[in-house]
Amino acid sequence: MRWFAFILLLIPAMVQAEEAKPLAENSVAEARLKQLAVELRCLVCQNQTLADSNAPLAEDLRREVREMIAKNMSDQEIIDFLVQRYGDFVLYRPPWKASTTLLWIGPFLLLIGGAITLVMALRRRGQGLADAPVTDEERRRVEQLLSQVERRS
Amino acid sequence: MKRFLLPLVIFVVLVGFLAVGLTLNPREVPSPLVGKPAPAFLLPQLHEQDKTFSPSDMAGQVWLLNVWASWCGGCKEEHPVLMRMAKAGEVPIYGMDYKDRRDEALTWLRRHGNPYPLTAVDEAGRIGIDYGVYGVPETYVIDKQGVIRYKQIGPLDDELVAKTILPLVQELRNK
Repeated sequence: MRWFAFILLLIPAMVQAEEAKPLAENSVAEARLKQLAVELRCLVCQNQTLADSNAPLAEDLRREVREMIAKNMSDQEIIDFLVQRYGDFVLYRPPWKASTTLLWIGPFLLLIGGAITLVMALRRRGQGLADAPVTDEERRRVEQLLSQVERRS
Repeated sequence: MKRFLLPLVIFVVLVGFLAVGLTLNPREVPSPLVGKPAPAFLLPQLHEQDKTFSPSDMAGQVWLLNVWASWCGGCKEEHPVLMRMAKAGEVPIYGMDYKDRRDEALTWLRRHGNPYPLTAVDEAGRIGIDYGVYGVPETYVIDKQGVIRYKQIGPLDDELVAKTILPLVQELRNK
């Protein structure tokens, strides 16, 4: 029984996770592929980059990019190749166009809108606080209270 | 009352954006290939391996290129529609067997019927990349000059065929 338990304990040591395959043999090319692949969207699992995805299409596209790197194509040429086929959607950073204006400037518009609202609200609050004149009677009462506090401490 | 007006307007605008967002299908990515010449290829045929197929063989005709695979679930759903279209004979549908095994593709066609006059085999998926394929089935409408006029991502259905595909084919033929 003890031997059996021992063998059971050995099992995890024999199990190995399959490691991610190297992207390319050549380390320079691999670095370039990695750099490009994180900028590109996998079209099958749309929230993953080409570098992360294990979808067959992502593998094919990595192969294609690797070949283009081997052919000494520039990053821009490689990106153009993919955009021609899949559209701007493959880019995680969409280009500045009429249709993407709102996407690019929207956050800044919201920021400006928020800032304006904040300033206006602060100003309105400032106006709401009117000066309250203090009478001599009130002043005497305040001093009396303060001196009581001092005596106690 | 007035102080609630602005937040309400912002809320309504936001809801409007989200509502439109819900109706969009993220899988339908507009293809940059529509309006451009169909990428050239020369691929072996499925049934007769020693013969080839190229889009240039179809010059002068309006035709459909249907990208499918035996492993693809949506293709099974779409298949009866293709069979009905083939039977009606209104437009030729050529197949492209995408990243598939030849024997499995042949078995699949034998089991479900073959709507294609011929099927080209893109085993490595390279031509698929040229056509911007990312989710089979995909269907392209190609005109007489070999220009892609329409791309459907995902299965065709009877309504789409009757309302969009066939009228477009007719229009392209008359040009």
